[in-house]
Amino acid sequence: MSVFDRAYDDPVRVLDKDGEVVGDVPDLDDEELVGMYRHMRLARHFDERAVSLQRQGRMGTYPPLSGQEGAQIGSATALDEDDWMVPSYREHGAALVRGLPLKQTLLYWMGHEAGNATPEGVNVFPVAVPIASQVPHATGAAWASKLRGENDAFLCYFGDGATSEGDFHEGVNFAGVFDTPTVFFCNNNQWAISVPRERQTRSATLAQKAEAYGIDGVQVDGMDPLAVYSVTRAAVEKARDPETDRPRPTLIEAIQYRFGAHTTADDPTVYRDEDEVDSWKRKDPIPRLERYLRSEGVLDDERVAEIETVVEARVAEAIEAAESEARPMPEEMFEHAYAELPPELERQYEAFAAFRDAHGDEAFLEE
Amino acid sequence: MSETQNLTLVQAVRDGLYTEMREDDEVLVLGQDVGKNGGVFRATEGLFDEFGGDRVVDTPLAESGIVGAAVGMAAMGLKPVPEIQFSGFMYPGFDQIVSHMARFRTRSRGRFNLPMTLRAPYGGGIRAPEHHSESKEAFYAHEAGLKVVIPSTPYDAKGLLAASIRDPDPVIFLEPKLIYRAFRDEVPEEPYTLPIGEASTRREGDDVAVFTYGAMTRPTLEAAEALAEEGIDCEVVDLRTVSPLDREAIVEAFEATGRAVVVHEAPKTGGLAAEITAIIQEESLLYQEAPVKRVAGFDVPYPLYALEDYYLPTAARIEEGIKEAVEF
Ligand SMILES: Cc1ncc(C[n+]2csc(CCOP(=O)(O)OP(=O)(O)O)c2C)c(N)n1
Ligand SMILES: [Mg+2]
Repeated sequence: MSVFDRAYDDPVRVLDKDGEVVGDVPDLDDEELVGMYRHMRLARHFDERAVSLQRQGRMGTYPPLSGQEGAQIGSATALDEDDWMVPSYREHGAALVRGLPLKQTLLYWMGHEAGNATPEGVNVFPVAVPIASQVPHATGAAWASKLRGENDAFLCYFGDGATSEGDFHEGVNFAGVFDTPTVFFCNNNQWAISVPRERQTRSATLAQKAEAYGIDGVQVDGMDPLAVYSVTRAAVEKARDPETDRPRPTLIEAIQYRFGAHTTADDPTVYRDEDEVDSWKRKDPIPRLERYLRSEGVLDDERVAEIETVVEARVAEAIEAAESEARPMPEEMFEHAYAELPPELERQYEAFAAFRDAHGDEAFLEE
Repeated sequence: MSETQNLTLVQAVRDGLYTEMREDDEVLVLGQDVGKNGGVFRATEGLFDEFGGDRVVDTPLAESGIVGAAVGMAAMGLKPVPEIQFSGFMYPGFDQIVSHMARFRTRSRGRFNLPMTLRAPYGGGIRAPEHHSESKEAFYAHEAGLKVVIPSTPYDAKGLLAASIRDPDPVIFLEPKLIYRAFRDEVPEEPYTLPIGEASTRREGDDVAVFTYGAMTRPTLEAAEALAEEGIDCEVVDLRTVSPLDREAIVEAFEATGRAVVVHEAPKTGGLAAEITAIIQEESLLYQEAPVKRVAGFDVPYPLYALEDYYLPTAARIEEGIKEAVEF
């Protein structure tokens, strides 16, 4: 029986909140398991540092991910080298697994154009801020791969709120019709800024929306990294190589919680109770995986301490690198709008450069 | 004498919503996070507690739904005031704005009015993330059937918002978020309206007419003061409504000097400055002493915030533009 043949409101689970095994443990070796744990610690520590950089005025508005590491790292780990991820704006953890340097994520939220330049060979689409707008892209990109016979899977992230946008429905519908190798991964973190999941849709689950488009839909405990890995891996394999009559695309609803604010510009105490936050914090994906790995003898105090040291060093290094990046050059504004600068834009650039030469940067940076 | 309050622009918007909702039961607010949260800029703060969830409505995350539902409500005679959280997110609702909000009256041969006011914060300068800083008023000014209002002071914000809500036609009300909290005005507590489609002269001067609106009004006035010290006397006209434009005010101010500059943060090509220049050319050719100078954003996607100061017109860039028009 496939993992997709279950009730929509019956989430796939592997570990309970205390790290006890309650389902089928996926086939991962110790190194892979520790790798997942390390990435989750890295994402958490990065997140805490990023929020504090914003508070200190060293970075602009930033969307935190704490609480969502299980969903991000579990799912991204399920991709193979050539697969692609199509993010929204909160998947710094998943992007990290896919090889996007932390420095890159920092630069983006520090407002540098360079932060948008995903390195060649890192199969990650640009951040998509307009909600759900990336969903049809993931369908089209997967479709292209299918048309070319390349057989890569495309993992598309979005939030619970995103399922209300037309783009979500159009993208998923196309995937059903054209049977594209797309995995739609909904990070249901219970809130779209101040709007709770219940006010987003009258549907009992988000997973069941798959039904309307004739594709598979499944819930997973999004704070259980092993369950997320299992279900995403099954969806990725099915995307590439479906059994007869099984649709390639899947909609995964990963149930989780954002511990922090929507972004650093948001104050969640206005719209949600501390009690609710506390009850979800007891399901924290990181101690959960750690307890399991300790019980399996894969982790001990020494290894955990080692990982902590590495994590802190990597984040510190990334911050150092991002902050010592030269201020972006103003001419970067004019680059890449077109393959070739059209004449009017060339004129605008020349006027801009002449003015800057004559008056210096003070003429722009005044308040 | 009526009482006044000392308010910022965003507080004046909130006060305008509050007084109009108190005056008229048919006015209601809908959008994302406008309820309990009071809006991401606090433009609807306290309204949920005051008027309840039927009149201050948190919607699902869907702009086409927000605008389209408001169209339906307005067709039935309510006066919805949908909020789009940032103008950069109006596009999922663009079809509803262009295909229906703008044309319902025409398409029903006047049977259905749409007395709705779509509010959105717009413009750059606050170090916001991608897609949060654009200035695309020209899209809406291009669309027949819509009025497009852009206040530049707290006093105007309340009066123009009230006028928009009471107007039988649909209004796009763009709020320059750079100056949401930049300064305060005395704003009457009681409801009042200001006429849509009427410019306001912010500074009188004999040498050149400078037209602007929204957040660019402040650096333009700053440039005018700096130039006054060099003996250049600028007339500064705040358009306040970009559709319909106050043609008379534009022509009159231009003809007094024969020289004009238009300042906006929106990209240059196809921006409102082009329209204003065309009005001058149509009406006042024989008065013209110099080419009309445009000081505008560049024809590039709005940069991430580390470069936005280079994108937005500053007082120094405006000064140089004015000098060019004066010295021609
Ligand atoms: C089209 C669009 N409308 C509105 C916004 C403003 N906005 C940014 S995030 C957000 C809530 C998103 O909620 P959800 O989809 O659940 O994702 P989460 O932020 O919780 O990860 C909103 C309304 C936007 N970015 N794009
Ligand atoms: Mg959410």
